[in-house]
Amino acid sequence: MRWMWIDRIVELVPKERMVAIKQISMAEEHLHDHFPSTANRKAMPVMPMSLIVEGMAQTAGVLVGHAENFKEKVVLAKVSKAKIDRDAAPGCTLRYTATIEQMTLAGASTKGIVELIEPAASGEGKAEVIGQIDLIFSHLDQNIGGVEYPQENFVFSESFKTLMETSGIEANF
Amino acid sequence: MERSEIFDKIQEILVDALAVDDDEVTSEATLIGDLGAESIDILDISFKLEQEFGFKIEQGELFPEGITQDPDYVEDGKVTEKGLALLKERVPHFNFDDLEADPSVENVAKIFTVDALVTFCEQKLQAA
Repeated sequence: MRWMWIDRIVELVPKERMVAIKQISMAEEHLHDHFPSTANRKAMPVMPMSLIVEGMAQTAGVLVGHAENFKEKVVLAKVSKAKIDRDAAPGCTLRYTATIEQMTLAGASTKGIVELIEPAASGEGKAEVIGQIDLIFSHLDQNIGGVEYPQENFVFSESFKTLMETSGIEANF
Repeated sequence: MERSEIFDKIQEILVDALAVDDDEVTSEATLIGDLGAESIDILDISFKLEQEFGFKIEQGELFPEGITQDPDYVEDGKVTEKGLALLKERVPHFNFDDLEADPSVENVAKIFTVDALVTFCEQKLQAA
């Protein structure tokens, strides 16, 4: 099973934008190793920023893959920009909004906004923009080097299909 | 658009895409050798050029694809006459003098200079 860093797709405008959320839970073991306690600081379980980047890559990657009916092997090729201003603690929700900026046969560039929603005692929590992550994806079979890859689309595995189905989005791949 | 204006815009794009300093982006600098561009950066640069100048770049139009892997075009580590002719046809914005003098396959990347990129954009803008 592939590690999934988004829990649900909440909005999908094909070929344009996708919004997904990730609930951060204290039950996730990696949180406890990040950051572990040191002599001068108590342990501080926060979502590693590298995994926030991966969450955006999955959001934007599904959006790009969906644009071509998951026929292309969409791989993250470059993190053009990643700026995250604050930590995301357990109990909070991360909301990823990815927008396709440009798309060609060879790949796509996307822009992404990360929001942190802190739960409130009553009603909906407040959302705050905490980061921007811009990415470049490559369509693997269209690579400049002409390298050939297996026919099967190993990028969009069963776990992505499950994610789409549980989000109420048709997944025919 | 003036050539110097095109250069300034390209300089800004390369600084952003390749995380290099402005003074490294000279006309003679090669993208792959001097500025450290990798194949995926070429895609990134294409996207940024399209956005900045408003024209479309077809796959393989900016930088040749597949030619150096093809035994028809490369023999004993050197680009053949046929390969050179194809390169000239595919990417006419490059200056081929150095490659003609020494057609070693590793020299193909050296023809991709910032100046060639400026010429490419100038030609695209004129054709538009």
